[in-house]
This record gives sequence, structure tokens and C-alpha cells, in this order.
Amino acid sequence: MSTTVSESTVQAGSGCPEQPAAEALITGIGMLAPNGAHTEEIWANVLAGRTGIRPVSRFRPKGPVRLAGEVADDAFLQAVPSRLRAQTDRWTQMAVAASDAALEDAGLADAGTRPYDPFDMAVITASSSGGNEFGQRELSRLWTEGPQRVSVYQSIAWFYAATTGQLSIRHGMQGPCGVVVADQAGGLDALAQARRVLRSGTGLVLTGGMEAPLSPYALTCLDSDGTVSHATDPARAYLPFHEGATGWVPGEGGAILVVEESTAARSRAVPHVYGRLAGHAATFDSPSAPPGSGLLAAAGAALEDAGVEPSRVDVVFADAAGVRSQDEAEIRVLTELFGPRGVPVTAPKTMTGRLNAGGGPLDVALAVLAMRDGVIPPTVLPAEPAPTHPLDLVTGRPRTAAIRTALVLARGAGGFNSAVVLTQAY
Amino acid sequence: MSARRAVITGIGVVAPGGIGTKAFWSLLTDGRTATRPISLFDASDFRSRVAAECDFDAEAEGLTALEARTLDRAAQFAAVCADQALADSGLDVTTVRPHRFGVTIGSAVGASTGLENEYLALSQHGRNWVVDSAPAAERLREHLVPSSFAAHVARRSGAQGPVATVSTGCTSGLDAVGHAVALIEEGTTDVMLAGASDAPITPITVACFDSIKATTPENDDPEHASRPFDRDRKGFVLGEGAAVFVLEEYGSALRRGAHIYGEIAGFATRSNAYHMTGLRPDGRELAEAARVALSRARMAATGVDYVNAHGSGTKQNDRHETAAVKAALGRHAYDVPVSSIKSMIGHSLGAIGSLEIAACALALEHQVVPPTANLRTADPECDLDYVPVTAREARLDGVLTLGSGFGGFQSAMVLSKPGRAA
Repeated sequence: MSTTVSESTVQAGSGCPEQPAAEALITGIGMLAPNGAHTEEIWANVLAGRTGIRPVSRFRPKGPVRLAGEVADDAFLQAVPSRLRAQTDRWTQMAVAASDAALEDAGLADAGTRPYDPFDMAVITASSSGGNEFGQRELSRLWTEGPQRVSVYQSIAWFYAATTGQLSIRHGMQGPCGVVVADQAGGLDALAQARRVLRSGTGLVLTGGMEAPLSPYALTCLDSDGTVSHATDPARAYLPFHEGATGWVPGEGGAILVVEESTAARSRAVPHVYGRLAGHAATFDSPSAPPGSGLLAAAGAALEDAGVEPSRVDVVFADAAGVRSQDEAEIRVLTELFGPRGVPVTAPKTMTGRLNAGGGPLDVALAVLAMRDGVIPPTVLPAEPAPTHPLDLVTGRPRTAAIRTALVLARGAGGFNSAVVLTQAY
Repeated sequence: MSARRAVITGIGVVAPGGIGTKAFWSLLTDGRTATRPISLFDASDFRSRVAAECDFDAEAEGLTALEARTLDRAAQFAAVCADQALADSGLDVTTVRPHRFGVTIGSAVGASTGLENEYLALSQHGRNWVVDSAPAAERLREHLVPSSFAAHVARRSGAQGPVATVSTGCTSGLDAVGHAVALIEEGTTDVMLAGASDAPITPITVACFDSIKATTPENDDPEHASRPFDRDRKGFVLGEGAAVFVLEEYGSALRRGAHIYGEIAGFATRSNAYHMTGLRPDGRELAEAARVALSRARMAATGVDYVNAHGSGTKQNDRHETAAVKAALGRHAYDVPVSSIKSMIGHSLGAIGSLEIAACALALEHQVVPPTANLRTADPECDLDYVPVTAREARLDGVLTLGSGFGGFQSAMVLSKPGRAA
């Protein structure tokens, strides 16, 4: 069955004509992933096809989920002062480390030299599940030791806004901060909100998402809807677009990006302009609409927002659910937009697991690195797909290609679809 | 002027003291309080044992037995409010292009009620750190990720445009509506269901405010426990509830002859970047948010006829906010009525911002300022007109509502009578 929604029914969020056409440029990247502690390490491992999916090691699971993408404590803890460690969940600590790295990458590590008023800098993150490990610990404490034993930091560590709040304090950013929740789609929606506030006059936004959903209880929650893989072989656990798909593997990590308004960025001679957040759209699946029609509408509207024809897209970073019905829907969307095998498609998340709110921002970061280096990172699958596979899936080795435009897709549990178009900036 | 504007055409409310806008407005204008001893769980071991609870029966409010059984209490509140708001608006959603119809729901603590209950069941009351997923409820993932609130409202209403939950702590209810307004103004959507919901009267949330002594320890006189701006206040009283609005683009609302409660004329949020729970006494970030919201509304300080205060009833907040109102409005601060409805319905965390927007819209509609209940003797450092005890008739064209919360978020929204030349 083909999808029936025409992309033109969604109007791009391109702003009122009277608003200045401020461009949102990605000028700094900080990332954490199960297969690396910093940007260049993760990028090298992603290109080499090295996976970070392993048996869960932070506790001995009783349930059927045995594999996950864990981030090593060493990858982020040293960036977090001890006082801040006591007040925060692991999810916020990872974001602290990634935000430091992103600002350093943007040449803005020294707060005193940032050419922005504090009210012109904001923090906008996505969170799916908040401070899981901290929250579970305090729930246990409450019910085994009593209310007097609950941490004085529970109220500021568990809630979904903890990371944005802590980053705004750490970096002195007082502009229009925010927190968006749309499961796995939320990370892309946060970037869109960052672009929106840049258009309304903010100069710089620290944005993206991080997730640490591997406390025993959070993992149990994720597993409850039957889509998480129960496989035990890391090489065969998360196989999107593959006949052996058995679900998805959850992982920790994500990316925090520095995004700057183009005039401001260019006037400060930024060290890098990785790319431009050129388009975005979000939709929600109607239970009665054909599967994939919401994703198709989002992708089409994001391209329209960016002013880009599908034929100009050089790579798609797929949502890659790893669930047969959802993979089939995404295949239909990509086929309808680009034609059969009409565009290279990749899913480096096969090496990290799905990072919920962190997943979209990590894909965006990898997509702009792909632009920088002219190479598409691979999808890791046990064997090359057959030549008749409906997608031109980049597998095995990275593929050399000039990349000027990338489309990043994300879907969230319950029906969320989000799409971001990135273009090369000069 | 051709710019797109967002107006409120429907309101739904689940609040302590009553369900629906009529009960809500009658409570507020009577100056009655809905604070009482906690009945939702046995709170005898807790420091603060009073709260503003909703008397809520999901099925009586139109939810299915399945929704009543499986949805978190806050998700149920949101769904009921969305139904009420749509009915109130008279909007036939089938006439709206589905991709131009979105949802934003704010929530500070999400499905913490459902998460806590399910954890107790799975972990032998917290004794087992490693829990097994085998006996877990199928919809537990929806409790973990509060985007399920917005998703459920979208599924029920047929919205297929941008859908998200906004979770910025205690300003979520303002920020979620502000986000929806931005989507309408920029042209991405024509109609939004926007609002916020929280149901935080649970052991874990009561305990977390106990531990930092933010909530009142005065349990003997529950009806008078929430006393914003009063010299003898002892902390805030936890509440619960939700409010959801139908927001429409002004021109299309006019064309269909909709009843318009008011325009959301300006919104801004700023962060103090100071402390997760502490506030700078000068209120400069909240003042900045108010100034920017007024400037976006093209409204002078003297255009503000009523300030709906965050007014949580902590000494820190009340002084911070009083300073912010003075910084934002200048001399006019002394002439404008300022009141806190938290004196009557408590502080429902992320939901309260939307409940306060509902109060502002109803104030514009009825030309009445709700009072600050329980205010007998003002804190000497709080020297504005806080409308003590009794509601007041007033000519209201422009109102300002303020929010302030953990994480340093400071938000401000300006509502005005519809049709104001801007």
C-alpha cells in the first residue's frame, strides 16, 4: 500500500515573511556514545564499524533485556565537579561533559570571551525519561527507609528539566531556555526550537539531548511495550531493515551542539561551521492513517522548509526502528520520496543502540561530520543486504561521497515523527 | 496588521475545588480555598500533610474504563481538559487540516504517580534494585516518557501536526502554551491544544519537597495553609490539576464566529543561571521576561491591569517576585492589582501556569480580579496591592501572568482583550 499524504499538506515552519531569515549554524559538537568518549573517537569508531553494544554491566539483569549501549563512567565523570555530581543524575552529568566539549569545540570554552550577553544565550534540551538512576535510588530509599531519608537533591535531579537548568547555570546562559519531550523524536524537535529562538533574536543556543535509560527500573519500563530486543548476541541484536530484526537495543549518550545565529557567528570568526539547520518539521501519526504517512509528511515538509528538492539529498540518517512493521513503513517513505534505492541510507545507531532523546542530536552530529569528511558512516549488519534490498543501505565500509545535504529522521513511541534537513554552510 | 496572532477560544480545567471552568471561577472569585489534609495516600509520616487535591472520577468525566485503568492520573486530567476545551470552543476539528493542528502539554513531573506505584509493585516496595520486566504493565513505557500525555491528547483529538510535551519544571504550564503560540504565529499550525497537567500528590514528590522544607509544615489549619505574600507564610502547599486551551489563529477564529476569551499577546522566558532552587532577590530575570513579553505584545507597562503572580508562598519567591514586578512595571507596579490563586488551589507544579492562564482569561472575560486568599498581614517587604481575601471588579484589558521555578526558569505571558489594535 502506498502512502497517501502529500508532503505539500504540511506547511513548513519557515516563519513569517517579516521575520529576518536568520540561519542557524552548528558551530560546536560535544558527544558521548557507547562506542566512544569524545567526538573524534566516536567518529573514528563509527567509520570503522565498531559497536558499543554489549551485555549490560551496571547491574545483573533479571529481565529478558541483556544487551545495551553503556557509556563508560570515565567518559564524562571527570568533567563534573564533585559537588555537581552529588546533585545530579548520570544523564545530566553526561550533558555537562558534552556541553563543555561543544563550547570548547566552538572556541567558546572561556565564558569571559563569549561575545554574547547572557540573555542572548539559551539552553534547549530534549529529555525522554529524566534522572532515572537517581530517581530509582530515592524511590527505594523512601519506601525502605522513610521520607526523612530522601535526598535534598531529589527535587532537582529527577525531573526532566534538570539538565537544561544545570547547563544554564554552569555556562551562565539566561536566554529562552527550554525542555522538549517527544520520546526519540524530541532530540530533533529541541534543535528546531533552538532555531526558533535564534530567529527571535537569541545569538547562541546550546542544544541537543542526552539520555541515560539503563537503571534497572527505566530499562524495565522501556521493555514493557514489546519492542526492545531480547537478543544476546551483540552482532545480531539490533538489525534495522533486516529480515532478522528482533527489536531495538537501548543505549546511553547523545550530543550537545552549539548553534549560532549566522551573522553573529561569522562576525566572531568561528573555528568551524559544521552545517546549517536548514529545515525541520514534526508530525503525529493518526491511528487511522496509513503507516508511514506521518513520517513522509514530516520529511517532505522539512525538505520544503529547507527549500531543498528530494533529488538534492545526499544521505538519509534513518530512524531505523529495528521493528519489522516500522522498518517497512520507513522503507515506503524513503521509496516514495526518493524512488527505489534513490538515496544512500545509513543507521550508525546500529553501533550505539537507540538513545531516545539523545539519538536525533547524535545523528545530526554524525551527519555534519559526514559532510566535513565526505564520507557516509556505515550501518552495521551481520551481512551485506541483497542487491534487491529496497534501500541503498550503506553497510560494511564507509562510503565516500560529497555530502551537501542530509536528512535526519526520528520517530518516537506513541506516534511522533520529526525530520531535520542539514545543509553545508560556507 | 497582517501578523498572525493566537487567541484562546476554548478552556478546559480540572482543578482542586471543582472540574470545569464554572466551578473553578466560582471558587476563585469567592475566595474559597481547596486545600485540605492529604487523602490520596497516608501522609502521616511526612512533614507537610496538606495539599489541594482534585475530586476526580475519570469515567464520570468521559474517559473509557481502559483509560481510567491504564493512564496516569495526570494524563487523565489532560485528556479531560482537552475534551472540555474542544467542546467549549465549538470548533469542528474535522474542518482543520490535520497536519496544521498540534498539541503541546506541559508537565513538571510527568507520570510520577504511575511510575511510583508500578515501581512499588515490581520491586517489593523498593527492596529489589534489579526489577524484572516480565510482570510489568504493558503501558509502563508511557509512564516513563511523559510525551505520552501529549500523544494521548493528539490521538483523541485527531491532531497530526507538531505534538510535544514541554517539561520546564514549574513554568511548564506557561512555556507549553508559549510554545504553541509560537507555532501559530510562525505559520506552522492554525490550531493548537495547549496546556499542562500534573498530579504530584504522591509520596515521592511530597517527600522531595519535605526534604528541602519548601512546603508548609503547618498541618493543623489546612484551609489557611497557603498564604502567599503573608507575613506568617511557611512555604507552599502542593496542588494538582490541569488546564488545556484551544488556541486558534485570530483571523480564522473571527471568520468562524468563535467566542474569543482573549489573545495571547506576548510570551517570554528567561533563566536565572544562578541556582537550581535559589532566586536572586532582585528578580531581574523574571523582570526581563515580563519586559520582553510586554514588548512582544506591544503593550506599555501601564497597559497591565492585573498581574497574576506566581505567588507560591515561600518567603524567597514572594520577595523575588515583588522586586521583579517593580522592575518590570516601574511606578505602575504600585497601582496594579497583583494576586496569587495558589492561595486557593495550591501549587500544582507544571500545571499551575496553565491554570493561571485560565484564571487570566476568565478575569478578562468577567472583568474581575481573583483575590489572594488568606492574606491578613502582608510581609513588610511585599508592599504591592495583593488583592487580599476578596475578589474585585476592575476594567481589565491587559493582564500579565508570571511563573518561576526550579531550574531557574522565569516566564511571563501577556493576555489581552481580543481585537486590541497592536
